[in-house]
Amino acid sequence: MLQWIHDNLISRMPVQASEWAARVDWLNDFITYISAFCTIAITAVMIYFMWRYRRKSETQQTEYITHNALLETVWTVIPTIVCIFVFWYGFEVYHEQRTPPANAEEILVEGYQWGWNFEYSTGKKGSGELVVPLGKATRLVMRSKDVTHSFFIPSMRVKEDVLASAYSYLWFTPIKTGEFPIFCTEYCGLSHSGMLAKLKVVEPEVFQDFINERSAEDLPPAELGKKLFTQKGCIGCHSVDGSAKVCPSLYQIFGHEVEFADGTKLVGDENYLEESILNPNAKIVKGYPPNLMQSYKGQLEDKELAGLIAYIKSLK
Amino acid sequence: MGAYAQGSGEQLNYINCEKGFWSWWMTIDHKRLGLMYLVSILTFFVIGGVAALLVRAELYSHGKTLYNADTYNIIFSLHGIIMIFLFIVPGIPATLGNFLLPLMVGAKDVAFPKLNRLSFWIYVLGAAVAFCALFLRVDTGWTFYTPYSIQNRWGVITMTLAAFILGFSSILTGLNFLVTIHKMRAPGMTWNRLPLFVWALYSASILQVVATPVIGITLLLLILENVMGVGVFNPAMGGDPVLFQHFFWFYSHPVVYIMILPAFGVINEIIPVFARKPIFGYRAMVIASVGIAAVSFMVWGHHMFVAGMSNNTRYIFSFITFFVAVPTAVKVFNWVGTLYKGSISWDSPMLYALSFVFLFLIAGTTGIHLATLATDAHYHDTYFVVAHFHYTIQGGAVIGLYAGLHYWFPLMFGRMYNEKLAKIAWLILFIGFNGTFLPQFLLGMEGMPRRYYDYPVEFEPLHKISSIFAFFNGLGYVLVLVNLIHGAFKGKKCERNPWGSLSLEWQTPQFPPAHDNWETIPVVTDWGYSYNKPAGYDDHAQHSASKGGSTHV
Repeated sequence: MLQWIHDNLISRMPVQASEWAARVDWLNDFITYISAFCTIAITAVMIYFMWRYRRKSETQQTEYITHNALLETVWTVIPTIVCIFVFWYGFEVYHEQRTPPANAEEILVEGYQWGWNFEYSTGKKGSGELVVPLGKATRLVMRSKDVTHSFFIPSMRVKEDVLASAYSYLWFTPIKTGEFPIFCTEYCGLSHSGMLAKLKVVEPEVFQDFINERSAEDLPPAELGKKLFTQKGCIGCHSVDGSAKVCPSLYQIFGHEVEFADGTKLVGDENYLEESILNPNAKIVKGYPPNLMQSYKGQLEDKELAGLIAYIKSLK
Repeated sequence: MGAYAQGSGEQLNYINCEKGFWSWWMTIDHKRLGLMYLVSILTFFVIGGVAALLVRAELYSHGKTLYNADTYNIIFSLHGIIMIFLFIVPGIPATLGNFLLPLMVGAKDVAFPKLNRLSFWIYVLGAAVAFCALFLRVDTGWTFYTPYSIQNRWGVITMTLAAFILGFSSILTGLNFLVTIHKMRAPGMTWNRLPLFVWALYSASILQVVATPVIGITLLLLILENVMGVGVFNPAMGGDPVLFQHFFWFYSHPVVYIMILPAFGVINEIIPVFARKPIFGYRAMVIASVGIAAVSFMVWGHHMFVAGMSNNTRYIFSFITFFVAVPTAVKVFNWVGTLYKGSISWDSPMLYALSFVFLFLIAGTTGIHLATLATDAHYHDTYFVVAHFHYTIQGGAVIGLYAGLHYWFPLMFGRMYNEKLAKIAWLILFIGFNGTFLPQFLLGMEGMPRRYYDYPVEFEPLHKISSIFAFFNGLGYVLVLVNLIHGAFKGKKCERNPWGSLSLEWQTPQFPPAHDNWETIPVVTDWGYSYNKPAGYDDHAQHSASKGGSTHV
């Protein structure tokens, strides 16, 4: 029963996947329990007084008490001591969070409206999915291409803003393999809530293979496209089954008539798809505002672009 | 102003002494200005509240519930901008403060009545500009963070211009109050006898006068940058976006205390009256108010722990922030201490006041999670923060405002609202509020970021609970407002001073007060907290500096 209350109502922190997560959670529980104790105790005293000293007659006498120096000193000094302790522990853990070891694995993170790109030490690039080695300190060096974003990995208990004016950093040591969500936590406009990514913690050998692996795998074009569709974040704004998202659904675009904001129409073909990926504002689908999507010019290899087109063609 | 209307024999008070729109618009009477502010801010409270319910309705389920992401971003921005700049910043000082300050210090009006009227006119102008900006789709949130705000140039320029204009209204009101408190106190109203609500207004006014110009300059720089291309905050022009956050929070953190200190003041006035006890630890309360105001200037950086400041700056801001907790804790202890051996009535103002203490305990203690660096790194910009500041602002400042309205209502209107309905509305409000925001603490723990139109499906159950209770919260406010509006026009006429308060504002020769409050300025011989004071009790031997006498005037 008590355990259930603790897990469901007091401490709903995500899985502890970084080395310091357990300490952060301990401190968090400590503050929560002290807070809950004080809140409940003071409220109980208040309710008791309300009942014990309820007004029974208009002429009821009360005691004229203006202050009590000893009592007031006690309830000033005790909270001060508790506060200084909490500050100190929070500072100690956080100081470690701000002090990456020299041998940390460095990964460049680039935020843009609305997605995340990653570049590893071998020059390997990726987006939408950040791969890191288990048990090894990883340092993220972050920069934004446009507005301020914030990189938040709940399971690692880390967060730092990503600026266009300067590099920022954060680091952590993963202690669990698996996939964990990444959120943007600085409001950045239309698709702020779609600016998600995945953190994938893998065994160190798998990580080495991954960053040494050449890009544009030997997949059939449509399968490569499908993979990119998630990695590049397309799926955040475009559905592939006709359901409504921020941008037009790509279901049955190819070979079907598309109507634009200026009233013109066109049957979707390869050239239209290529133009919409590289120059999204050239034609605006009726019912949608312009400037929703950024250009992917220069971000896709030819093979990748062809793969995306092949995938969209397959959405019949 | 004559005491009696000719022929009718009815007493003339500040409401019925003149009639017609023009008599209100051109008035310099602080009480009429207070009422006009009240009507204005409550109108915006309703608009901002509707926006809040629209937000909660959209968040009821995962994916699109009612409208698209673009509309969501505009609506949550409107909610924030209206609630902050048009409702809660003017809030208690402009309404209850204007109405009560001269009455409480024994003056006929504030120090500069015409300036007071000008403040109101400026407020109306600012509100009008803000209204225009509503049509320019402002979607930046109330914080206008650069560089995102630069992408929506005209909407943001218009809205920041409105905030800039509204800032002048704040500054002039603060200035007026400071001079009034220093220069207009009646004979015998010493600093040691000053009602704690006046002390709270004093602290808040200092913040208004000192902090507001900073946001004015910041918004002006933002306008300069957008219109004339001077690079200040925009990284594309060599500016620094973090500088904007520093400027913004240098104002916006103290402004939290402009909202909350007057609410503390209201609670300080209500609890002694309804417990028939002097406020416990008057001097500690005064030091706490002024202390919180002073510390509030040095903690703005805690809004920016993860914003890219240097590490040492983060450590120092965290340390200083903890010193806000201590005076706040002292206040809570003193409120509970005041109840001890009192004669406690359960009238609606007291229910509001005591629920305020409970809600503020939650607001304050969750502030510790956010002041602590290691836990803030997780909680920053999540729903935990949303819940925390709604506990401080709604649970604190708004509940404080309604506590004060229920308490001073008879003095303002000479009538009474329906007490039974007031209690029912309070209960619905209290349950609705906690049901809305307690789940949001848990959402924040799980990692749910704020300002999200859509969310992963695992967050849905808690969002559903929050949304359902939000409508109870809204229903509570509807009942409160219906009851108060009905009471103001049609309520039962009530005897003067129905709560038996000893405070000076209830002792005016006429009830409700006449246009100029006092025929002759009262002479104060004791503080307003002398409930059941034993005859011959020597306060001087204690520490509160008053000499004998147990009643006012």
